[in-house]
This record gives sequence, C-alpha cells and structure tokens, in this order.
Amino acid sequence: MEVIQALIVQGAQMALVLLLSPLLTGIVRKLKARLTRRRGTSVFQPYRDLLRLLRKDVVLAENASWLFRVVPYLVFATIWVAASLVPTFAAGLMFSWSADLIALIALLGSARFFLALAGMDVGTSFGGIGSSREMMIASLAEPAMIMIVFTLALVAGSTQLSYIAGLFASGVGLRVSLGLALIALVMVAIAENSRIPVDNPATHLELTMVHEAMVLEYSGRHLALIELAASLKLLLYISLIACLFAPWGLARGGGLAVDLIGLAAWLVKLGIGGALLAIFETSIAKMRVFRVPEVLGAALMLGLLATLLLFVSKGF
Amino acid sequence: MPLTAELWCIAVLLGIVAAGVAIGRSPSGSRLTYGASLLVSVVAFGAALDALIGISGRVPSLVLPLGIPWIGAHFRLDPLASFFLVVVNLGGAAASLYAIGYGEHETARMRVLPFYPAFLASMNLVVLADDAYTFLFSWEFMSLSSWALVMAHHRDRDNTRAGYLYLLMASFGTLALLLVFGLLAGPDGAYAFAAIRADAHTPLLAALILALALLGAGSKAGLVPLHVWLPLAHPAAPSHVSALMSGVMTKVAVYAFIRIVFDLLGPPSWGMGLAVLTLGGITAVMGVLYALMQHDLKRLLAYHTVENIGIIFIGLGLTLAFRADGMRLAAALALTAALFHVFNHSLFKSLLFVGAGAVLSATGERDMDKLGGLIHGMPRTALAFLIGCVAISALPPLNGFVSEWLTFQAILISPALPQWGLRIAIPAVGTLLALSAALAAACFVKAFGITFLGRPRSPVAEGAHETDPFSLQAMAVLAGLCVLAGIVPGFVIDALAPVTRLLVGGAMPAQASVPFLSIIPIAASRSSYNGLLVFVFIAVSASLGAYAIHRLASRAVRRGPAWDCGFPDPSPVTQYTASSFAQPIRRVFGTVVFGARERVEMPPPGAMVAARLHVTLRDPIWDTLYAPLGGAVGFAAERLNVLQFLTIRRYLSFVLLALILLLMVLAIWK
Repeated sequence: MEVIQALIVQGAQMALVLLLSPLLTGIVRKLKARLTRRRGTSVFQPYRDLLRLLRKDVVLAENASWLFRVVPYLVFATIWVAASLVPTFAAGLMFSWSADLIALIALLGSARFFLALAGMDVGTSFGGIGSSREMMIASLAEPAMIMIVFTLALVAGSTQLSYIAGLFASGVGLRVSLGLALIALVMVAIAENSRIPVDNPATHLELTMVHEAMVLEYSGRHLALIELAASLKLLLYISLIACLFAPWGLARGGGLAVDLIGLAAWLVKLGIGGALLAIFETSIAKMRVFRVPEVLGAALMLGLLATLLLFVSKGF
Repeated sequence: MPLTAELWCIAVLLGIVAAGVAIGRSPSGSRLTYGASLLVSVVAFGAALDALIGISGRVPSLVLPLGIPWIGAHFRLDPLASFFLVVVNLGGAAASLYAIGYGEHETARMRVLPFYPAFLASMNLVVLADDAYTFLFSWEFMSLSSWALVMAHHRDRDNTRAGYLYLLMASFGTLALLLVFGLLAGPDGAYAFAAIRADAHTPLLAALILALALLGAGSKAGLVPLHVWLPLAHPAAPSHVSALMSGVMTKVAVYAFIRIVFDLLGPPSWGMGLAVLTLGGITAVMGVLYALMQHDLKRLLAYHTVENIGIIFIGLGLTLAFRADGMRLAAALALTAALFHVFNHSLFKSLLFVGAGAVLSATGERDMDKLGGLIHGMPRTALAFLIGCVAISALPPLNGFVSEWLTFQAILISPALPQWGLRIAIPAVGTLLALSAALAAACFVKAFGITFLGRPRSPVAEGAHETDPFSLQAMAVLAGLCVLAGIVPGFVIDALAPVTRLLVGGAMPAQASVPFLSIIPIAASRSSYNGLLVFVFIAVSASLGAYAIHRLASRAVRRGPAWDCGFPDPSPVTQYTASSFAQPIRRVFGTVVFGARERVEMPPPGAMVAARLHVTLRDPIWDTLYAPLGGAVGFAAERLNVLQFLTIRRYLSFVLLALILLLMVLAIWK
C-alpha cells in the first residue's frame, strides 16, 4: 500500500511539473508585460504555442545530422527526469535516491552538453556563437552550483535532496553559510535559465542571443520540446530554491491531506517565485556578455566562502 | 596460477617482437603481429581479472634467476598489481584490435611493429616487478620502447623535438625513481620490495621520497609542471600507440606512485596528502585550460590526459590525508574514487584516441579547423567518439561521472579532518575539481562539435569515409564498457575492494547487494546514485515523448536551407572554428593564465586587404620554468666547453683531484 502511494505521489509529481511548467512561463510573461504597461498575452499562451508547434512540420536544415533530431528528445527527457526528482509538494519521493543533488546538477549539465552540440550541428555562425557562450557561462555556473551543493550538504550531512529538504523543513536556523548559498543560487538560477540580465529569452537580436542562438535552427515539434524543457528548467529551479529556503508546508509522508496542503503551498511559492522573477527582470538591464563571468565568478566565490566557513566550523 | 600465466604472456609478447622483425615486411605481417598481441592481451587480461576477483587471500610471488645475480628478479601479483594489469591489458587488447585495421595505413611499418609488443610487455613487467632493480629496468624499457614508437615518423621535425623532450623527461623521471629506491633501500641495499616494506623511515626521509616519487612518477603521468613532453609526444606516435600512452602508460605511472607512496613508504603524514591534493587540483585545471586552447585534435586529447591525472591525484591526496588521520572508510572511499577514475580514464581516453586515429586515417588531418561534418561520412565513429566525449565530460549516466561523484563524496567527508591546513585546502581543491569538470564539458563540446558537426571545412573532410571494421569493433567495445561501467558501477567498486583493503586497511561497503544496483558510499541517508535507473528513466521518457509526439502530433519532416536569421552564408569558413569556440573562455580564463592578447588589424578605409585578428598566448610553465632551465644548461655547457680540448696530463690530474676530494668527503662523513 505504501509503495503504491509513493508511486502515485511520484507519478503525480512527474505529471504536475510537466503540466504546470508552461503556465509558470505564461505567468512570468504576463506579469512582465503588465509591469511594462502592456496588456500581454494570456497566461495560457505557452500551451497554445506548444500545441501549434507540435502540429507543424519540422523544417530541417539540409545538412542536419541524426544528432540534431535526437537532441530535443534527449534534452527534454533529461530535464524532465531532473525536475521530477526535486521535491515540489512532497519530500521523500520514491525515486529521489536514484540521483542526489550532485547528480541532479550533472543531469542538467548533460542536457546542456547535447543542446550545445545541436547548436553546432548545422554549421551556422549563430549556432556556434550560442554554443560557445553557453559553455562559457556554464563553465562558471556549474562549479558555483557544485559549491552551493557542498554548502547544503555540509549543513545537512547529506547530498540527498529529499533528506536535505526534510531537514531544512524541520528547521536549521538562520546561518551565514546558507544566506551566502541562497544569494549564489539565485545568481546561478538566473544564468542557467537564460533570464535577464544574463540572457534574454525574448530576444532575437543577433548579438545578445545565447540560448536562443543555440536553438535558432529548430522548428516544429523539436522546438516545442526545447521550449517545454526550458519551462521545466525554470520550474525546477524555483522549486529547488523553494524547497531548500522556503520549505514551509512541504509534505513529508502522512496521507492525502498533508499532500494537498503541500501542493497548495507549492503553488503559492511558484507564483511568488515567478512574480519576483518578473519584477527583477523588468527592473534591470541586460549585461554585456563579458560581464556575465564576473557575476558568476562572484557566485562561485560566495559558494566557496560558504563552504570554507562550514569547513572551519559547523556552526556557521 | 595467474602469475605464471602473466609471465608467460610477457614472454610470448617478447617472442612477438622477434616475429614482428621477421615477418613485418610481409603483406600480412602487420595483421599477424597485432592479432597475436590481441590474443596475448586478452589472455593476460583474463588472468589478471581472475586474480583480482577470485582473490584467494594468497598472493603469488616468484623469483627468477635474472638480473643482478644475488638478488634475482622478483615478481608478485597482489590485488594492486592485478587491478593495474586489468587496466593495462584491457587497453592493450583494445589498441591491438584497433591496430589490426589501422596498422594497414602505417607507412613506417618496421619502425612500429617490433616495438609495439615490446611496449605492451614492458608495461606488464613494471606492474609485476617486486624488486627495485626489475622495476627500474622495466620502467626504462617502457620509456625506451615508447620513445621508439614516438619516433616512428622521425622525418617530421615536430616529432623529433617531441622525441627529444620525451627522452629528456623520461631520463629525468627514471633518475628521480632511482634515487627513490636508493633512499628506500638504505645503505644496506635491500632492493626487494618485501625488505623495503619492513623498514621504517624518518619523516624527513619520507618527505624526500614523496617529493622524488612525485617527480619520477609525476613526470611520466603528466603532473603539472612536469607535463610538457606529454602533449607533444603522445600525439606524435601512431594513434593506437597514442591510445596506449595516454590511456595506459600514464596509469602505469600512477601505479608506480601508489606502489611507492602507499605500499613501500609506510604510514603517511597529513602534509603528504596536502601536497598531493594541491598538485592534483592545479594539474586538473591547468590541463583542461591548455586543452581548451588547442586546435589539434590529438594534442587536445593529450592535454586532457593531464587534467584526468590531476583528478586521480586529488583522490590519492585525499586518501593520504584520511589515512594519516586513521579514517579508514573515508580513505577507502577516496582511493576507490581514484582507482575508478584510473579505470574509466583508460577506457574513454583509449576510445577517444582511437577515434581521433580513425579521423586521421580517413582524412589525413589532425587540425580540427580543417575538419567538420564528419558525422555524415563516419556515423559510427562519430557515435563512439560522442560516447567517449560524454563519458570524459563527467556527465551522467556514463562512467566518468561516477568516479567524479565519488571524489566529491570523499571531499564532503573531509571537514572531519582535524588539521587546519587540509580544511582550508580541500574546499579550494573541490572548487578546482568542479571547475575542471565544467571546463571539460566545454572542451569536448568543442572537440566533437568542430570535428564531427557543422559543414566540412576542407575537401578531405567532405570526402571522408567510415573506417575499417576492426577499428569500429575496438571503438564499440570501449564505448560499450564506458556505458556499462556507468550504469552498473557497483560491480567495479566491489572489484576494487581487495585493493583498498590492501592499501588502506578498509573497503567501501559491498555494493552488489544494494537493491536496484544503486551505489551507496556511506549511508543511504547521506548519498546514493543509481546510474541504471537514471539511464532507464531518460531512455523511457525520451522514447515515450518521441512516440507520443509522432503518434498524436506531427511526424512530417521537410528539408530546406539553414535559417541562420535569414543570412546563411554558403562558405563553410563562416562557421565557428576551434579557436573561435574557445574565445569566450580564453577571454575569461586565458588572460590570467596564458596572458592571452587579441589584436585586430583593421585596414584603412578603401584598402583592399583583409582585416586580421592576432591571438598571442604564452605558456606560463614553459616560460617560467623550462626556458630559464634550458638557458642555464646551455650557459653551463658553454662554460664547461673549455674542458673539452685539454692534454692527457690535465685530464689525469683532474681524475686524481676528484679522487682525493671524494676520499676527503668520505673521511669527513664517517
């Protein structure tokens, strides 16, 4: 019985993240539009976009290889698997032990690796520019993320995300190291999700594109999958930050009622996260590409500082 | 009788050397030689695996009446030796299989065929040796046979330089090892390892031995700053030899380090751990940064070996630190991580080098800026190379990730260490490790993307065809092993248990009995990883997605010209090249490390010449260490030159003077 319930919770989570992620993107877009005094499209527009793209033919460049056609599915699957391992409304998911936090970060790294390769497949200059910049950003964002994981793991004595979230939900107090980790995590999350000021998801201006340049050659169902994967990644990061730094209401076993409270709390947190992102994005200008390493380098140093503090004393 | 089997294999390999000389010129000589090497390697691999897994508790040893008369040649097959024999012979077998096909392209056959089996035999001998004389003899044999292979195409000026530098560094390394064994054996000259093991060493002596071992084994393994010969020599050899040198010979060097420091030297101090750890961290990051700056495919791979050696040494340094503080389980975890990485690296580096060899034989090019689009002409090679790239970039669910994950887990236990020096250094090294992993991914997106993807940048790349079936089989075997070791890592970890038990007196908990084949290094609540499940999840959800979309939505495909924001340029020159791909990273890291400078020459308005971009990079280690050293040696040689044309009386008086001086030193010493 317990197994079945765990399986249902896990399955519900997989379906929920998949179904809700376009809505989150839609909400962020709508809020950004409202904040710039535009009316904006409906919050359900991303679903319509996805359906439209799915029904369209794929137009492949003449020299696109098999890799180019496989990558969207791989990227989508990898990010979906990663997103279904992050505690959203309930900790202690059934399969959470199959990949700890380090593995989760590395899974996102795999997705990025393949997407960057796909960007280079057709052999256009925009694909190359996107891939090379993406890998430059990743070369600092990923180590920063690992240092954040170190911080969390040293506080919790575990790299198991469900375990960490459960522990943080029961309260670990205010800590300097966790404060530093939160700042660093937000910086990394913004870079990883190609948001302003690092990248602009809405741009098609040649010189400012990073993520969009990489996926420029994609169309139809392939593009739909990549857009869906991008939405999933945003949801993943907001859920990650929420379950670590705002773990209130997170269900830890114990029946349907607790799970429903957890679900409601998670939806509220997602909304707040999306709203904060929209406000932040409208209030800041995009950076030059070569300012990005400085910001991410700062995130890396914050992560290292937090880890060092914990190596010095468990009390920080 | 695995030890006897191993020794017979070595004898047969030496027999193949003679056969290679005899039949090398005949049309099927190459196939026969490599075929025989393959057979022997497979037998030796089987015997080593049997010795490692079916361990009976008894360590076979043997003394043969060879070498110095009153010592003899000692051989011993303990779990450490068996593990490294597995690595050596697996790599040897794969390289031989590959060479059955690749060897046909060889132009200087007689310069390769006799030395190849000798090289294989020498690496086996080093691992089996159980006394200092046999060890050093085999070590030097290994250096010289590989040097001969590096010099196979000696008419190329670059190769001659590489060979010269290699010979210098190899002699230097052997000198350091000679001193190591001299210090270990003490004035009584107890050269058998069993006698050395029984001796105790003062801390000062131990530190000196560690430093010399780092110089000796580190120069062969490619530890920064002793790596300079490696990226020149490894690519200069024929590709199957490059695979052996990078994938296997560097591991023999790691073996030498482990044998000396973990086995012969006795209990370590934490300072030793700190030194090894720091060197490993620096090596890892420097290696990958160098690799990112390259546009020669084989040289990029060789520099990348430097990075991986750094990762292995980080694991070894952690092991030393844990062992010095009596944390046996943590030491076992760190050592398992290091040895797992040894195994992994031998697999994927061999795979990548033979892949690069396939590209080389198909196109005749090593310069990535002249390649591109090979995925169309060589789809199978591309797939195998891609698997190697994913594995080496430490991405799940392949094997490179598992060993790095284990290293991270070992780092996370280290706050329990009491020493402040280690507590400050280990997080910094952890950052370096994370940085090198992320940069490795960038490096291999570049290596694969520029070589195999995009549009062909030269006619040879456009006309490339798939390589021969033997080469493909070798790549398939290696790629398959990379995937297997990644999704069921528990078996590899269990196989390493006898080795860690021997060296640190503890082992990781048995993994094969964990449900669902997960790996749990310490406790389930602390960390766990399941490569198999991650692999299955990704595969299932990707195919589910593909099925659902093709079934319910659209499955039509149209081909058209590339979009490229409306301005596609038909010339393949407009694509990103190896150096332009690395440009952002060069700007971020290269300005500090390599003093990278970019200068743009714009023609004046109206002039018809092209604008030019000049990039200058400095090699900081060559410029600050080797160039002054070379200058000093040259200067000294110039000064000493006056001694060359003296009369015989002068020389005799010098001899006498030297004799008196030595006697005086001896008199004061006693």
